Amino acid sequence: MKRIRVILVLLLKNNGLYKPHKFKNPKYIGDPINAVKIFNEKEVDEIVILDIDATTKKKEPNYKLIEEIASECFMPMAYGGGINELSQAKKLFKLGVEKVVLNYAAYTNPHLIHEIASQYGNQSVVCSIDVGKNWLGKYYSALINGTKSVKETPIDLAKKYVQHGAGELFITAIYKENTYSGYDIELIKSITESVSVPVIASGGASSIKDFTDVINIGRASAVAAGSLFVFYGKEKGVLINFPSPEKLKNELFSKL
Amino acid sequence: MIGIINYEVGNLASIKNMLKKIEVDSFFIQDSSDFSKATKLILPGVGSFDYGIQQLESKGFMEIMENQVLKEKKPILGICLGAQLLTQSSEEGEKKGLGWVNATTVKFKTQLPVPNMGWNDIKITQENKLLKDFHDIPRFYFVHSYHFKFNEEEQVLAYGNYDYDYACAFQKENILGVQFHPEKSHKFGMQLLKNFSQNL
Repeated sequence: MKRIRVILVLLLKNNGLYKPHKFKNPKYIGDPINAVKIFNEKEVDEIVILDIDATTKKKEPNYKLIEEIASECFMPMAYGGGINELSQAKKLFKLGVEKVVLNYAAYTNPHLIHEIASQYGNQSVVCSIDVGKNWLGKYYSALINGTKSVKETPIDLAKKYVQHGAGELFITAIYKENTYSGYDIELIKSITESVSVPVIASGGASSIKDFTDVINIGRASAVAAGSLFVFYGKEKGVLINFPSPEKLKNELFSKL
Repeated sequence: MIGIINYEVGNLASIKNMLKKIEVDSFFIQDSSDFSKATKLILPGVGSFDYGIQQLESKGFMEIMENQVLKEKKPILGICLGAQLLTQSSEEGEKKGLGWVNATTVKFKTQLPVPNMGWNDIKITQENKLLKDFHDIPRFYFVHSYHFKFNEEEQVLAYGNYDYDYACAFQKENILGVQFHPEKSHKFGMQLLKNFSQNL
C-alpha cells in the first residue's frame, strides 16, 4: 500500500499557536507543546512548524521553544522562520529538527539552500513558496507573510530552488488558507510538472477527498493542512483532531 | 544504560528524547573512555557513508567499538546510516564499512523518486526480539537513497517495499540494524526501542 504523508502545519507567534485567514488576522489556538503532545497521541505523520513572526520582526528562531517542542515530537519535524545562516540551521538540527524550511532566505540568498543541503543532505532542506493570485487570476510569488510580491513566478522560483539543492517544495496558496475550499490543484499541478522533487500542497484542505484530488490530479507527493486539524464545525471552535490511521487507509491510501 | 555514540554525524537529540519518554536511561558517548559505562550501544547517523566512517576513525572509535561489540558482545543497534556502516561497503563511498554483517549497502534501482522519504509498512519475516509486540501492522519513517543487500537471508528481520522489497532490519547475534528512524516513528519506534532495551 502506498502511504502519502499527511502533514500538520502549526504556526507560531509569541510562543503561542495561531491560525490566520488568508495570511491575515491570526486567531489564537493554544499552547504549542500541549498541542504537539496531543498530535503525537493521534499518530500524525509529520509536522511543520513555522514562526510567522520571525522574519517580519527580524528575530532569530526561538531555540528554547523549538527544543521543548522537539523533545515532545516523536515524528519528523520541520521548522521554518527566521533562518538566514548555516549556523542557525546547524543549531536547529542539533535540537532535534529534521528539516529546515526556507522562504525569505531562499529568495534573498539561494546559496544558503546549497550550503545546508551539501552538509545535511537535500532531504533536510524544504523551500517554501507562498503564492498569491492577482485580479486577472495570474499567480505571483510573495514574501514576508504574503506582503511583498516579487517578479519571479512560482514556477520560476520552484525551478531555481531545486537547482540550488532544495529536497522538497512546500507550496501554499495564500488565497486558499483557512478557506476550506479545497487545494488549488491547477497551481500544484503546474509546479509538479516543472520539477522532479516532492511537492507538498498547502492551503484550503477541507476533507480527505481534497487530499486524494491534489495527489491524484495535482501529483502532489504530500498534503499539508492546519485549519482542518485545529478547528471544528461552523463556529470554528478550537478542537485538535486528526484522521485515524484506519480512516486514512480506507479513504485516502486505498484511493491512490 | 544505553550509550548513544556521538561521532558528530546527524541528530542524536531525538533518540535521547524518545528513550527518556519510555523511561530508559541513556547518555552520549563522547570519547573512547565512555564506552565502558554503556551496557548497550546505539549508532545513529544521517549523512554520507565515507563521512561516517571517517568520523568514527577520527574520533578513535573503530578499535574500541570492535572490542565492545565483537569481543564483549555488547548489543548494538545501528540506525539509518549507522546501520549501513555495519555492512561491508556502500555504493555511496569508497571506504570499507565495519563489515560485521554479511551485507553491502547499495543504491535504490528504481524509477521512483529517490530518496524514499515517508512512512512505509514493514514485513517481519521471522520471529525476533527487536520487532515484536506492535499490536498493529508496524510502520516506520524512512529517509534513504541506499539500502542493505544481504547475502544471507537468515540475518534479515524485516523487509520494506519501495518499488521492490529490500531488507530494512537485520540481526546477527548482538549486532542489529534498522534502515528507518524509530526515534521518529511514534508508538512503533517506542516499542522497538523498548524491545532493544529490555529483550537484548
